[in-house]
Amino acid sequence: MRNIASLVFSFGLAFLLLAIAAQLGFGHTPMIVGSGILTGAEADVGAANIVTAVVFGYRGFDTLGELSILFAAATAAGLVLGHRRLGAADDPEGGLILRAGADLLFPLLLLVGVYIVIHGHLTPGGGFQGGVILAAAFFVSVIAKPSLRLNHGAISVIEGLAGAAFILIGIWALVEDGSFLKPMLDQGVLGQLVSAGTMPLLSSAVGLKVGSELAGLLAHISESEAGEP
Amino acid sequence: MIPFSLETILYTGAIGLVVIGAFGLVLSTHLLRMVLALSVAEAGGNVLIVLAGYRGEAVAPILGYAAPGTAMVDPVPQALVLTAIVIGVGVQALAVAVLVRIYRAYGTLELRVLVERMQGEISEAAGIPRSSSTHAPAGERPLPPVPALLSHQARGVRP
Repeated sequence: MRNIASLVFSFGLAFLLLAIAAQLGFGHTPMIVGSGILTGAEADVGAANIVTAVVFGYRGFDTLGELSILFAAATAAGLVLGHRRLGAADDPEGGLILRAGADLLFPLLLLVGVYIVIHGHLTPGGGFQGGVILAAAFFVSVIAKPSLRLNHGAISVIEGLAGAAFILIGIWALVEDGSFLKPMLDQGVLGQLVSAGTMPLLSSAVGLKVGSELAGLLAHISESEAGEP
Repeated sequence: MIPFSLETILYTGAIGLVVIGAFGLVLSTHLLRMVLALSVAEAGGNVLIVLAGYRGEAVAPILGYAAPGTAMVDPVPQALVLTAIVIGVGVQALAVAVLVRIYRAYGTLELRVLVERMQGEISEAAGIPRSSSTHAPAGERPLPPVPALLSHQARGVRP
């Protein structure tokens, strides 16, 4: 009975989505907001990557909301998992290949992550993507060597400072120009590393925050005692 | 007859992922599989949103590479999906954290066993026999009614 009900539900969902998709018109969907942004982004924000301009410029306030969702998830996971007891047994170490691979990957992932964060306004990427790569750099090491402990105090400090920087840049724009998170500073030359005003700063703040938050969250999970099966 | 075009393949793939995820969410009886099904459904939803911004003969919305005036795809769905993916990772990590906690308390993630052990614990705490519930199904139980707390203490798991 339950199987039949879920089958009916799933096919109903598929039909609904197909009906919506059929009405959209593939390849020439109406983009009222999108075309406005595409024509105005160069003058408004000055970032070569328009997706980043949308994330940190036009939808900056939503991005702040998304950061707070991530913060709530990380805090709740820390709360749920709690601290490990002193002297609790670690998971077994990874083999030689896993450990050597993790050591090799760590600086490379760190470099790629930092590159993607600070070039977020020029090339595909930005704070969110680069931040996840930064978190992965730390998490790979923790998986290969479970006895390794990340410094959760330092992670919280970085996370808090990065979040505060994002909000302070927004408040500065509010005081200076009358709207929260409005792009500030000189826009510079399109395509230069130092351009697009506050975009690279916001991108770096988000990158640090997402990276430290996810690294802390994943380390919390891997550090938790699994108990006996 | 549905035309077998790029459009059909892409939309069928995206909607198929959503449906597989929804189906797995309802049908699976293992909590970890439910979380995986949720992430599959989420991936399908993300692909669907990106497809909504697709335009034929258009380039990625990055200035300075294509000639000025070239058509570009809609940047708004891409920006939405970009953050949705990271939020999805955070939510899945939180779900897995809860699963770790459940596994530590009950020693299983199988839904039926879990419900049985939880009910045993509840009736033990309330001091009533398990069979006194009016909602108990008639006939043989699928599992031997071992009190959950006892079986836990025998294995040394913290209640």
